[in-house]
Amino acid sequence: MNAPDGWKQQNGVPPTDTANPDYFHKVVDCQWACPTHTPVPAYIRLIAQGRFSDAYILNRESNVFPGILGRVCDRPCEPACRRDRVEDEPVAICRLKRVAADHKDDITNRLPKKPAQTNGKRIALIGAGPASFTVANDLAPLGYECTILERFDVPGGLMRTNIPAFRLPEKVLDEELGYILDMGVDLRLNSPVGSMKSLLDEGYDAVFVGTGAPKGKELDLPGRSEGGASIHIGIDWLESVAFDHVKSIGEKVLIIGVGNTAMDCCRTSLRLGAKNVKVMARKPRSFFKASPWELEDAEAENVEIIVNHSPKSFVVKNGKLTGMVFELMEYELDDKGTIVGQKVTGEEMIPCDDVILAIGQENAFDWIERDAGLEFGKWDMPVVDEVTFQSTEPRVFFGGDAAFGPKNIIWAVEHGHQAAISIHQFCEGNPVTVRPIDELKLSSTKMGMFEWRYSNSFDGAHRRVMPHVELAKRFKDLDVEVELGFTPEQTATEVQRCLNCDVQTVFDTPLCTECDACIDICPVDCLSITPNADENTLRHVLENPALNDDQTLFVSEALPFTGRVMIKDENICLHCGLCAERCPTAAWDMQEAQIIINHVEDMI
Amino acid sequence: MTSFAKPHINLKHAKRNDLGLTWHDYEGAMSTLCAGCGHDSITACMAKAFFELSIEPHRAVKISGIGCSSKTTAYFLSESHGNNTVHGRMPSVATGAAAANAGLTYIGVSGDGDSLSIGLGQFAHAMRRNVNMLYMLENNGVYGLTKGQFSASADIGSKSKKGEINLSPPIDPVTLALSLGASFVARGFSGDREQLVPLIKAGLKHNGFGLIDVISPCVSFNDHPGSTKSYAHTYQYYHPAVHADYVPMSEEIKTSYAAGEAVPVELHDGGSIILRKIDEDYDPRDRGAAYTQIAERDAKGEIVTGLLYIDESHDDMAAMNKLPARALNTMPYETLCPGSEALAALQKGYR
Repeated sequence: MNAPDGWKQQNGVPPTDTANPDYFHKVVDCQWACPTHTPVPAYIRLIAQGRFSDAYILNRESNVFPGILGRVCDRPCEPACRRDRVEDEPVAICRLKRVAADHKDDITNRLPKKPAQTNGKRIALIGAGPASFTVANDLAPLGYECTILERFDVPGGLMRTNIPAFRLPEKVLDEELGYILDMGVDLRLNSPVGSMKSLLDEGYDAVFVGTGAPKGKELDLPGRSEGGASIHIGIDWLESVAFDHVKSIGEKVLIIGVGNTAMDCCRTSLRLGAKNVKVMARKPRSFFKASPWELEDAEAENVEIIVNHSPKSFVVKNGKLTGMVFELMEYELDDKGTIVGQKVTGEEMIPCDDVILAIGQENAFDWIERDAGLEFGKWDMPVVDEVTFQSTEPRVFFGGDAAFGPKNIIWAVEHGHQAAISIHQFCEGNPVTVRPIDELKLSSTKMGMFEWRYSNSFDGAHRRVMPHVELAKRFKDLDVEVELGFTPEQTATEVQRCLNCDVQTVFDTPLCTECDACIDICPVDCLSITPNADENTLRHVLENPALNDDQTLFVSEALPFTGRVMIKDENICLHCGLCAERCPTAAWDMQEAQIIINHVEDMI
Repeated sequence: MTSFAKPHINLKHAKRNDLGLTWHDYEGAMSTLCAGCGHDSITACMAKAFFELSIEPHRAVKISGIGCSSKTTAYFLSESHGNNTVHGRMPSVATGAAAANAGLTYIGVSGDGDSLSIGLGQFAHAMRRNVNMLYMLENNGVYGLTKGQFSASADIGSKSKKGEINLSPPIDPVTLALSLGASFVARGFSGDREQLVPLIKAGLKHNGFGLIDVISPCVSFNDHPGSTKSYAHTYQYYHPAVHADYVPMSEEIKTSYAAGEAVPVELHDGGSIILRKIDEDYDPRDRGAAYTQIAERDAKGEIVTGLLYIDESHDDMAAMNKLPARALNTMPYETLCPGSEALAALQKGYR
């Protein structure tokens, strides 16, 4: 062997373990980012084939509410989408989910059925929101007697009371909750739980707390009590609107806070007769909590968002709210955009008729007696295990916003899945710490020369823009759904934008002849053959250095001829399959990776 | 054959050269060569070299003859001038073009068949004339397009795909070039782009004729056990002797090399080539010694690679023949064709 010294480097990064399901799972960024690990590329392929019902069912296995989430999900998948890192904007994953939900056939006979007989175990689920419904969805078909206790006369939790109908139509909500109720779940409306102790006395085998974070934060400034009649707590106000208790609002409305609730408040105000709605932010735009698309939708409805105004006092004249005084803020930011200094440069009075406070939510556990057997910890929150969702009272489990404070619907669903596993283990007398493990199934997608069983060619189309109901029409009624859903043409284009990141580049080291064909053909230069070294050196070997440390670097075993290694930057790989197409020895293959996330039903 | 296209991606963080181009802007049509062909690797290396040197694509000329290698001019620098000439006649066309316009960068792409059989005479005289061009000889030891007959560079004892043993002695482009007085002689391997890209850059910047003989395995007809031009064989007997890096004038030579190892060679454009000896005994500035060393090692089966000989002092064709520095197409017609009276005056001088 006369090859240059140093090619056969023994000390370097050890070969990547691709047998660990987490490795390929992480490559599917959207699925990895989704709290319930919805197999996004797989269902997008089904939509591309027009198999909407199959896509819906595949979705439902992980996220339970595809129709709801296809409209109002916080979409952690989209910022994670590889498309965003490669060229332009992420795939419109969320709205494609809605396509599956809107266009599916009747799928009721494909859902889990009410079992012929129950297993005699009784589970109480407090609060009819997404977390409790997920637990019921997972446990009822297995024979558990699930009873949901709800304080209002309709189920849905915040999905009903806080998300306005112009974003989430009631019929979508009713349909997806109905699927779960049809599994033999006992829904008891108008049944607030006033005491944990007495509930425990009723002899349930397990209790699940899915009561959300139902208390809006207060803003105690001068004038708050005097102007009280025109100052509203955001989530309470939205609830009153949902239940038709509130039907109008003043012409000039100020919303305090810029989270997603604030966006719902400002847009709802416009539908109740407000003419001039301003959202008041204390900090600059980069600090807003609302999702960018929710900000866009509000601004499209002519809501004004005003930054650097810190609330100081309410102005009340003759017992009537006439405005609010704000301090004008100036911030000093460092290179990373963190605030390192601030000063008040003046004051401004902004006239208004109503103020809606949307500055956050809190939990309310006044109904859990402190001697009920549950330990309370930081911020007076019950101590809940982050994996099992069990409290210190073994019979009581938490999930959704009730577990660790406000998150979102998709997290509530995942909490529900995990709590269902724990409740099952608990009722079976097994340790709750024993959980199902993820599995990985790989299957080649090669069909023949230049033929793969996925659409591997890169489509340069830009993200489709969701069509909206025109402004004049949408304010007439509170429940005119603003988003119209993708047209067939938009759907056909958007599905092709998905890069199929679950079709993995699988490398078989002994077959490689080090001909470099894969390196030359790669359209994004994410491959190289190089002497092994420390990871930082390897990351800089690539034509475009792999500088995104959040993304893994694949390192092969030592190559047969020279002892060098094949490296691949997972960050920007398009999964186009050209490396496998060009490889003369099939050392690269494109294999579909099914990441199997097991739920409680898979433990039976 | 191919039926897929390589997409052009506007990668957000793509590396760009001084002209603002990415190396993908230096690519060409999709290759129709066999998957795994060494030529494709060389094509990519040529594109990278032009990219790294920030040569404007429209100021480059690529010329080739006939054969698998000669097809590759279609696969890079799609925005450049090009001429796919008659078999073995690439050097004549390159010579003519270089005479007509000395301001462009010339790269000739040929193979062992095109250069060492039908075109051997042309190849030899281009070196003699020291035409200012880089000549890439993609050497796989077989005629790939006609299904794998031995070419003139096949080694004695090398086995064909059908099992036949070659008995004729090979023509080695490197020792041939040394004996013909070539001023830049290098050998590379398609499997080592770390070495090849800098070699191509140095060759493009060298004033005069540069030859790079690149071992480029034929995956379809010469990549089997018994072949001396397979990937396995080449990797096994691969022996880099001298590494060459081109450093433009604008960049100071900052990298520090161990004493005695690095030798800078100044180029006409003010830049330099830094020679790094991997093999201490080898001196790429001594033609005779280089010839002896290469011949001895070739005989042992070692594949010596790198910049094996360089002489920057030699005049190129344009200097030897006092050719104009300006392109002919930029000269006034009267200068190019001074008329019958001027011709008569000239002829009178010879009478």
